Amino acid sequence: MYETNYHRPSTVEEAVALLSANPDAKPLAGGQTLIPTMKQRLAAPSDLVDLRHIEALRGIKLEGRRIIIGAATTHAEVAGSEALQSACPGLASLAAHIGDPHVRHMGTLGGSVANNDPAADYPSAMLALDATIHTSTRDIKADDYFTGLFETALDEGEIIVAVSFEAPEKAAYAKFANPASLYAMAGVFVARHGAGVRVAVTGAGSDGVFRQGDMEAALSANWSPAALDSVTVSADDLMDDLHASAAYRASLIKTMAKRAVAAA
Amino acid sequence: MGLQGIGAAVPRKEDRRFTTGAGRYTDDMVVQGMRHAAFVRSPHAHATIKGIDTSAAEGMPGVVGVLTGAQLKEDGIGNLICGWAISSKDGSPMNMGEWSPLAVGKVRYVGDAVVVVVAETRAQARDAAEAVMIDYEELPVVVDAVEALKDGAPQVHENAPGNLIYDWEIGERDATDAAIAGAAHVTKMKIRNNRLVPNAMEPRAALAKYDKAEDHYTLWTTSQNPHVARLVLSAFYNVAPENKLRVIAPDVGGGFGSKIYIYPEEIVCLWASKRTGVPVKWVADRTESFLTDAHGRDHVTEVEMAFDAENRILGLKVDTIANLGAYMSLFSSAVPTYLYATLLSGQYVIPAIHANVRTVYTNTAPVDAYRGAGRPEATYLLERLMETAARELGVSPAELRRKNFIREFPYQTPVIMCYDAGDYEASLDAAMKAADWDGFPARKAEAASRGKLRGIGMSCYIEACGIAPSAAVGALGAGVGLWESAEVRVNAVGTVEVLTGSHSHGQGHETTFAQLVSDRFSIPLDQVNIVHGDTDKVQMGMGTYGSRSGAVGMSAIAKALDKVETKAKKIAAHLLEADEGDIVIEDGHCKVAGTDKQVPWFQVALAAYTAHNLPDGMEPGLKEGAFYDPSNFTFPAGCYICEVEVDPETGKTEVIQFVASDDFGNIINPLIVEGQVHGGIAQGIGQALLEDTAYDASGQLLTASYMDYAMPRAADLPSFQVSNTVTPCPSNPLGIKGCGEAGAIGSPPALINAVTDAIGVRDITMPASPRRVWETLNAKA
Ligand SMILES: Cc1cc2nc3c(=O)[nH]c(=O)nc-3n(C[C@H](O)[C@H](O)[C@H](O)COP(=O)(O)OP(=O)(O)OC[C@H]3O[C@@H](n4cnc5c(N)ncnc54)[C@H](O)[C@@H]3O)c2cc1C
Repeated sequence: MYETNYHRPSTVEEAVALLSANPDAKPLAGGQTLIPTMKQRLAAPSDLVDLRHIEALRGIKLEGRRIIIGAATTHAEVAGSEALQSACPGLASLAAHIGDPHVRHMGTLGGSVANNDPAADYPSAMLALDATIHTSTRDIKADDYFTGLFETALDEGEIIVAVSFEAPEKAAYAKFANPASLYAMAGVFVARHGAGVRVAVTGAGSDGVFRQGDMEAALSANWSPAALDSVTVSADDLMDDLHASAAYRASLIKTMAKRAVAAA
Repeated sequence: MGLQGIGAAVPRKEDRRFTTGAGRYTDDMVVQGMRHAAFVRSPHAHATIKGIDTSAAEGMPGVVGVLTGAQLKEDGIGNLICGWAISSKDGSPMNMGEWSPLAVGKVRYVGDAVVVVVAETRAQARDAAEAVMIDYEELPVVVDAVEALKDGAPQVHENAPGNLIYDWEIGERDATDAAIAGAAHVTKMKIRNNRLVPNAMEPRAALAKYDKAEDHYTLWTTSQNPHVARLVLSAFYNVAPENKLRVIAPDVGGGFGSKIYIYPEEIVCLWASKRTGVPVKWVADRTESFLTDAHGRDHVTEVEMAFDAENRILGLKVDTIANLGAYMSLFSSAVPTYLYATLLSGQYVIPAIHANVRTVYTNTAPVDAYRGAGRPEATYLLERLMETAARELGVSPAELRRKNFIREFPYQTPVIMCYDAGDYEASLDAAMKAADWDGFPARKAEAASRGKLRGIGMSCYIEACGIAPSAAVGALGAGVGLWESAEVRVNAVGTVEVLTGSHSHGQGHETTFAQLVSDRFSIPLDQVNIVHGDTDKVQMGMGTYGSRSGAVGMSAIAKALDKVETKAKKIAAHLLEADEGDIVIEDGHCKVAGTDKQVPWFQVALAAYTAHNLPDGMEPGLKEGAFYDPSNFTFPAGCYICEVEVDPETGKTEVIQFVASDDFGNIINPLIVEGQVHGGIAQGIGQALLEDTAYDASGQLLTASYMDYAMPRAADLPSFQVSNTVTPCPSNPLGIKGCGEAGAIGSPPALINAVTDAIGVRDITMPASPRRVWETLNAKA
């Protein structure tokens, strides 16, 4: 690890000020991605701005049907939240299967969404739940937020404050884990909102998380695993690596989608 | 057996230290003035070094020295060697290429050490290492052993034409060919044994201190055999003569073979500590471990097994190509030869065997012994063949094995080994009963109703442990003898220290070795201390690998105990005015059998040291040493049966049940033996289902972290059902065979036999990863 300066702001404004004062500064949340990257000397931020002690970034709130989750909320807090377990159990279950207990007690929703790892779990939930990403400067719809591999609509120095979404009627996530990393090799989040169904796929797309339109149409017409039988998942634009070919990923997407619908 | 003696399931004495974080590993060692080393490693798999510019690095903060291979040569430091000479079948010696501790002129794999930087802190050393400029000219690369043998393949070492290190054979070629020609049935397979990364929990480390006043070196290092390290460092690498070099292997967090060998880093740290005048510490990070720890396995084999019309095996013909990587590691040559082909008879009567083995250089990490070393490769071959042959012949796998079991001992195989004892059918019966073999069809049908493909597979393994009679291995080319030493020191108050040349790095020696003493002298375990891992304390030893610490290390202790016991009984007889032959040691006393005359053990010890009243002419003191050289290998054997369920939609295999029935001879501590078997099976499940080591065509290691290298986790393992049958080993005084590697040796074929049974294919290459299983099912459909 290269030398770096550590800051512990207690408000969003302070954090934003620190970030804009140091162009090579980076926000630090759970550190589960950033710290290993720094240890491998693949990242060298001049300053780390720790977001975990900013009260405004923490906690899970239910306002009517709207669920608001602070960016610095850990995976373990999401998994263990009673409010979520009743309003959106699919998301709580997703969080409960991220990494291992250490990772879940350190890693945060905001960190995961900011990082947008193509194999991370949360991005699929954000897309399928039609979430809004609230940042220090604006609100961004999930559809506009995830822009590619490790790419998001965030500007330099902009931090995620919270995410929010309407509680879905039904939702669930099914993940087939990479046997080495346990990240998603194909993870599918399905959510039914009134008339519409949204299906988002992570771990598989060569441009990162994406919505599966054919599945959305099929499930909007008939919310059942069998409805997906007739959907053909193309292997085009899917990742092909040591652990899974594009064809295998295409097959996993279909299997996981069916299992998610069955579980919802 | 007492509560703490031989056969007692005593919890490990060392575990309190380890589980409370109080273990002392090499990286915990701190000496005055210590500085830190970072290695500059080749990013290319094969390249010529056109120039090295260290000037920028030398000017960086905290830098004490930036050293290259040229300087190492200036100081006369030797190249690394392989310590087991194997000749080709035409009589020519093996073609060993040069391995300089810091590369000179050429680099041959990604991770090859080129420059070392010594600086005040680790971070400074790393910063400066990044500033070293090396000008490389890339050369063509070969990573696959079969490709490396082809005409026109890139040449890794000048003196190994065609990358061939040796072309060796064992057994009878003509007889085997004749057996195959006259057979009623021949089963043929092409089998790959996947390359594995050892992944000890503690990465390799070294701390070297040169003492100018005494012209003496001390090396703390992660070694399974500190005395062999000292021997090789002095005799071959020219670091210092043995009397000027102390090697200490403190607590070591796992080795699995990978810490037997001497690596460049220890040599360089020792040399650099003199050259720079400061103690030098190096600790590998996990990436360095993946890149540079000696890997295991990596064989490709074509094999044929011939049967007569009654399904008796007539012959076995094996043609193996083994990848040894870019350099010949210390015992690399022995692994695919004497540790592999000598086990090709398995548990079976096979009248004719012939094996041909070619070892080759490639631009990959060196390959050497890894838990099981050669024996897993032999077992995998045989047990996959037996399964496949049974299917082809339409008989049950158990019946085919029963028909061919060796039943009379000693049994001389056609491939050197002479098995001394065993009862293979007893293990098979016990395992089949524990696994409820006959109930399998019902379980398969039930799984099918849940959409799962259930399969069952067995494996009957044999291995050779305890390596081995020194004269025998010497005749086969070993550069060292393979005895073990022990010294038993009884203190004046009756407590005991045992100095052993074995080294514990997870095996529990502090407990099992103490149990021997407790048993013999009837004293509590906590009055016995085991001393190991320091060349200044223990005179000489050969270390721990090949499951030899029980069979060989403990036999040496038993021999020393015999001598101490004899002397103690003489003293007791003298004190009790009795006959030496009537003395028994029990309940903490030396007693005259059948009387109430007794003297406490500690008083016998005290008498030995006060020397006020000893038998005429007896020397004071109670301390004896012994060297034990085994008369044969030992032959643990057993039967493993496992059941798996495959999810046909995802290709994921779940291990539902794993039964192990092992014959390890007599058992000193069943708890520790069970733990060893659990660990071994976990590694076998890793090899069979998860672990693969992949290089791309340019020689970059694709699986260089846990993001891509799949280690088994608790959730990947079922609860093992482990039991033992016992045929005592006739070749050593304790009747023990060794248990350290069996799990890793016996399990992979049982798993793959079960997976292929489940998905209905003849073969699948390890690891049977979800992807591979899914693709195999898809290709079938
Ligand atoms: C062993 C292991 C296993 C894992 N397994 C999984 C898995 O199965 N599934 C999965 O999805 N993930 C997995 N992860 C990743 C884990 O979920 C991380 O928590 C997550 O990727 C990053 O979150 P973090 O809070 O640790 O962020 P950090 O590592 O602290 O930060 C990550 C990046 O986001 C930026 N950042 C952080 N917070 C904000 C914010 N509020 N606003 C703007 N930028 C911000 C940082 O500057 C940095 O660039 C695993 C990680 C490990 C170490």
